[in-house]
Parts: sequence; C-alpha cells; structure tokens
Amino acid sequence: MMLLFAQEAAVSSTAMAPWLTQLLQAGLDGLAFGALIALIALGYTMVYGIVELINFAHGDLFMLGGFLALTLFTAIGWKEKADASVLVVVLAVLGVMLVSMIFCAGLNVAVDYFVYKPLRNAPKLAPLVSAIGVSFVFMNAGLFWGGAQDVNFPKLVSSDNLLDKSVGLRLTMQDVLIYSVTIPLMIGLTAFIKYSRLGKAMRATAQNPVAARLMGINTNFIISMTFGIGGALAGAASIIYALNINTISYTMGFQNGIYAFTAAVLGGIGRIPGAVLGGLLIGLVRSLGSTYVGEKWVGVLIFGILIVILVFRPTGLLGSPTREKV
Amino acid sequence: MSTPAKSPKQLLSWEGAILGLLLLYPLFPMFENLFFGATKRSLGDQLPTVFIFVILAYGLNVVVGYTGLLHMGIAAFFAMGAYVAGVLMTPVFPFQWSFWVALPIGVAVAALFGVLLGTPTLRLRGDYLALVTLGFGEVTKFTLLNLEELTSGTKGLSPVPPPELPYISASLWSDDYRPFYYLTLGFLLVVSLLLRNLERSRLGRAWIALREDELAANCMGLNPGKLKLAAFALGAGIAGLAGVLYATRLTSTANPNAYDFNRSIFMICCLILGGLGSRLGVLVGVMMLVGFDTIVTPIMDTFIQQNVPNSGGKLYLSFTGWRLAIFGMALILMMRFRPEGLIPSSRVKHELHPDEEVTVVVNPVTMGSNTLEVEQLKTGGQRS
Repeated sequence: MMLLFAQEAAVSSTAMAPWLTQLLQAGLDGLAFGALIALIALGYTMVYGIVELINFAHGDLFMLGGFLALTLFTAIGWKEKADASVLVVVLAVLGVMLVSMIFCAGLNVAVDYFVYKPLRNAPKLAPLVSAIGVSFVFMNAGLFWGGAQDVNFPKLVSSDNLLDKSVGLRLTMQDVLIYSVTIPLMIGLTAFIKYSRLGKAMRATAQNPVAARLMGINTNFIISMTFGIGGALAGAASIIYALNINTISYTMGFQNGIYAFTAAVLGGIGRIPGAVLGGLLIGLVRSLGSTYVGEKWVGVLIFGILIVILVFRPTGLLGSPTREKV
Repeated sequence: MSTPAKSPKQLLSWEGAILGLLLLYPLFPMFENLFFGATKRSLGDQLPTVFIFVILAYGLNVVVGYTGLLHMGIAAFFAMGAYVAGVLMTPVFPFQWSFWVALPIGVAVAALFGVLLGTPTLRLRGDYLALVTLGFGEVTKFTLLNLEELTSGTKGLSPVPPPELPYISASLWSDDYRPFYYLTLGFLLVVSLLLRNLERSRLGRAWIALREDELAANCMGLNPGKLKLAAFALGAGIAGLAGVLYATRLTSTANPNAYDFNRSIFMICCLILGGLGSRLGVLVGVMMLVGFDTIVTPIMDTFIQQNVPNSGGKLYLSFTGWRLAIFGMALILMMRFRPEGLIPSSRVKHELHPDEEVTVVVNPVTMGSNTLEVEQLKTGGQRS
C-alpha cells in the first residue's frame, strides 16, 4: 500500500522537494528491508507461538542458508555474476532457493528433535540457553564454511534503477525480488494457517498443547512442522538477502536475527500479522534512522525500541494481553 | 532460628581451600617456573584476569544463580565500571583521581544503572527480561562506541594508572605480577566472604525462595519487586567493581567491543558449567573456561602447528577455530544432561537428588510454567 502510494506520489510530482525525495527514498528502502526482516521474524514468532521458545539460533540458521546458496552458485560456476539468459537465472535462483529452504527446514527440525525436544518439560530458560548454544555451533559452522571475512555473493540481480530518472527515486530489481518472494510466501503462509487442516492444528497447539493433544492432534508432529516452516522461511530470506546485499559473513545471523526478533516482539510475538507489521516498521526505523540520525545509532535505536516495547507493551502492537500461567 | 554448630568440614570449604592455595602460590616460585617451562606463559600473569572474571561471575551469580533471573547484559555493568575508571583516572580528563576514589564511584554508578534498568523491567517474565538485558547490553556497547568525545571510541581510554599503595611504586606494578595478583585476589576474597554471608542471610534466603517459586514466596510476605531490584543492584555493583579492576589491570578501558554480548554469554557459560548458585562451582567454571581460552587453546594451537603438516591458515585445523562450537556444545550438553552444573550448590543438589532416590510426579499441565528448581527436580527425579 505505502509502496504504491510512494510511487504514485513520485510520479505525480515531477520535481519534488529534496527533503521529500529523501524521505520517500528512505521509506522505500526501509520497506524492502523490512519485508525481508518480516520473513525472518515469522520463523521466530511461529516457534514462540507454539513452544514459547525464543529460538536464538534462528538468525544463524538464516546465515547458514546464505552460505549454502553461495556454495550452490559457485558449483554452477557463477562466482561473480551469471553468464546466462534471464530465464535461466530466474530458474536457478528459484532452484537454489528451494534447496536452501529444504536445507534450513531440515536442519531446524533436526535441531528441535535432538536439542529442544528433550527439554520440552524443563524450565523455560533451559531451552533458551540451549538455543544460544546451537547458535554458537551454527556460527562456528558458518566460520568454517565461509571464513572469518565477509564473502562476496554473486551479483545475479541488477541494482540498476527501474524508475525514470526524472522521478528522482531508486527502485531496483533487487527490491522487486524481495517483494516478489516475500509477499507470496506471506500470503501462502497466512492461507495455510487459516484454512488448512494442519494450520488449524497448529493454532490449536499454540493455544493449548494439552487440550490439542486430548483432541487427537499429534502435537510433536505439529511442533516439528512449525520448526520446519520457520526454517524454510529463513532459507528463502537468506538467499534474497544475499542477492540484495551481495556480501555474506558468518556474523550476519546475529544482527539480522536480533532485528527480526525485535520485529516479532514489536508486532506481538506469536502473531503472524504482527511479525509482518513489526518487520516493516523495523525496516522503516532502520532506514529512516540511518538517514536522519546517523548510521551508527541504528543499533541503539533498534535495541531501544526492543526495550521500550517489552517494558511498556510486552504483548506488542497486535498482541492480546496474556497472563503468565501459574 | 539458631544456626546449628558448624562441623569442621563446613569451616574448611573447598572454595576456601582453593582461595587459600592461591594466596600461597606466589610464595613458591617453583610452581611458576614449572608452569612457565611447560607452557612458556606466566601463570601469575594470567591469574589476576581470572580473578577479575570470577568477581564478575559472582556478580552475575547473584542475579542468575540466587534469584533465578536470566541476565544477558552483565557486560554492560562491567563496561561501566571500566569506563568510570577510565574517565576518572586517565590523564585524558582533568580528574585523574586515585583508584581508591574511582573504585567506589564505579561500583555506585554500575549499581545505580542496575536499579535504573531493573525498576521498569523486573516485572517482566523470564525470557522477556533476558531480552531486555541483552538489549541494554548492546545499547551500552553502541553508546560507548559512538560517544567518542567521552570514550575515545574504539581506541578506549588509556593509560589507567595503577592503584596507590604504600611501598609499591608504579614500576613495581608493571614489572612484577604479584601486586596485581594480591590486589585482585584480595578483592575476590572480600566479595566471596560477602556473598557467603549473604547467602545465609535473610536476603539471600529470600532470593532463593523467590527463585524456587515466586508466587509462594510472595504469599509468604516477601516483596518480589524489591528483592529482584536488590539482586540486580548488587550484581551490577559487583560487575562494576570487576570493571574498575579490569581497566586498571589492562591500564586501558580497551575497545567497547570487549564488553559485548559475547562477554555476557561467556560469563553465563561459566555459571552454567560450574553450577548456578554455587560459589565453588562458579569459581571452577570460570577457571575452566578462562583457562581454556588463555592456556589450553594456545598450547593446543602450537601443538597442532608443530605436528600436523600444512596446518597453517586452516581454521578447522586450529583449536581457536573450534572455540564457538565447543562453547555451544558445552551449553547444549549441560542443559540436557547436567542442568545443575558440574559442582552444584548443596541446596540444588539436594533438591535434585535427595539421597539419589526420589520419585516426583509432576502434573504436566502446571509443569510448563513452574520455576527453575521445581522442574529441574522433575527432570532430575526421572533420570535417577
């Protein structure tokens, strides 16, 4: 919606005031990054909604997906950029994305099975600490995979401006890629959770695991599936992130994970529309913050929002108040 | 309530024995020489840093171990202590006050920020509180990095002069390891004694009651908000003390990145490995992990380089490269198989395995939200 508005505004006024151009540009960049963050945030929010675990390793799972994509593209022989027709590139990106999604989903399910599942009845902090441990192990795997330095990712999608020069704004193919991946995935996920039988079972499990089990729902399977879907979304996010930023590193999981987590909390953790809204807002804050406050203060801004939201409205923007069970 | 007479065993605790031995260590240079011969490193030089981290871990232990609040931003308070020392003691600023003045101010500033952070956030539930403290830690780090007029950014503030003590000249502080050794060990002993007494005091028992079951503790007339705030302030204050000592020891506040999330998590690893709430466990946990970093890793790295051909530059053939994975696996395995830690506090141990035979039936419905100990009791009961 806002994107359309921004474009319309851009088209209607041929010569915009510089401050307006700057504002709209920051908004556009923020929305693109926010959509990406929202995709990662969905993984946090789904897992939290069902097992009340802050899956600390989710950001690092996203990072591993990026390295897998890099390895696959290198295997095809596209180290710098693709020398093939557009159709082949699109198909290759789709294929690699699919592999990356399956990989991340499988990894997340396996970690849940071996690490979190035995702790299902342990105190809440035990799986949280384990998740930090998993995050470290993943980071180490990323370190071996890609080395300690930033790694260049092949530039398969052009960063040329798609809009006319007279508009004064930048919208690249990379931004379009983000929207064309995130929007269908989010719509698909919402539809799946809302209408499918399994989605209904997921909602039931999130609401009350014991009652869900009594109604004949295989809650363990549902939990595995939640981890799988969350992982798949992280895998998809990782490749569009890498195609957008063009460098990846083993530390990118922590920072983006925290952004995504903040987004999930901001929107109301456990709520899927909340994660999307939170992601877009965090993207806007990041981009407006670095335009108007300074890039080095973005971290403070985001963490500040995390603290303020948790303190004053722990249920987030869309969440309904819940009381801790006693 | 009268305390029962202490048996001799209680008087001579293992913790006291270790600290006593450390007190004697510099008197026998043969051990120092032996260690230097084996590793080409001076143990006496390493130990003051270990003592400082033990103090920091004790501070964290007040919050995480006694009171059961997961605090993931202890490094922020450590940094505050260090930067107060940096601002008040270095020639960069006009103060240039003595260590003995900066020390209480550093402790007070850290404790004050502990109260400021705690007041609005302590009513949050466990995992949210963990995130707020994480966020606070990162905000502090970024602020220290960005406020370059005050903190000199990544360069850090230096030189921090050594403390003034009679008979010990400035050159002695830098040439000999012993002044710092005894200074830091002295502070460690003071903190350790303080906590030993505190554990048995009304306040300490109230913290433990709170950790066991907040609702029940509240019903017994304890004020959870005040108690948590006290734990937060004390933990932060002790971390601030460790920070002042750290900056003095390094003669610089170092880069703000030295006080990041990894530092906080490293301290939590020490606590979990050793045993939450157990002073001896924390002492051993810190020694193991810091020892791993500063002693085992370099030795293994040289060993691998000498014995494995073509190992240079290959990350997976160095011990350092595996650091994160080893720490991560340690956390995962400890949580899975020994959540009480290697050397649990006697109270936790007794609750987990009273005479090693306990059958506890726990209602699966209420299980999801009980506090730490009750549920550990359950897992412990099932396992034994």
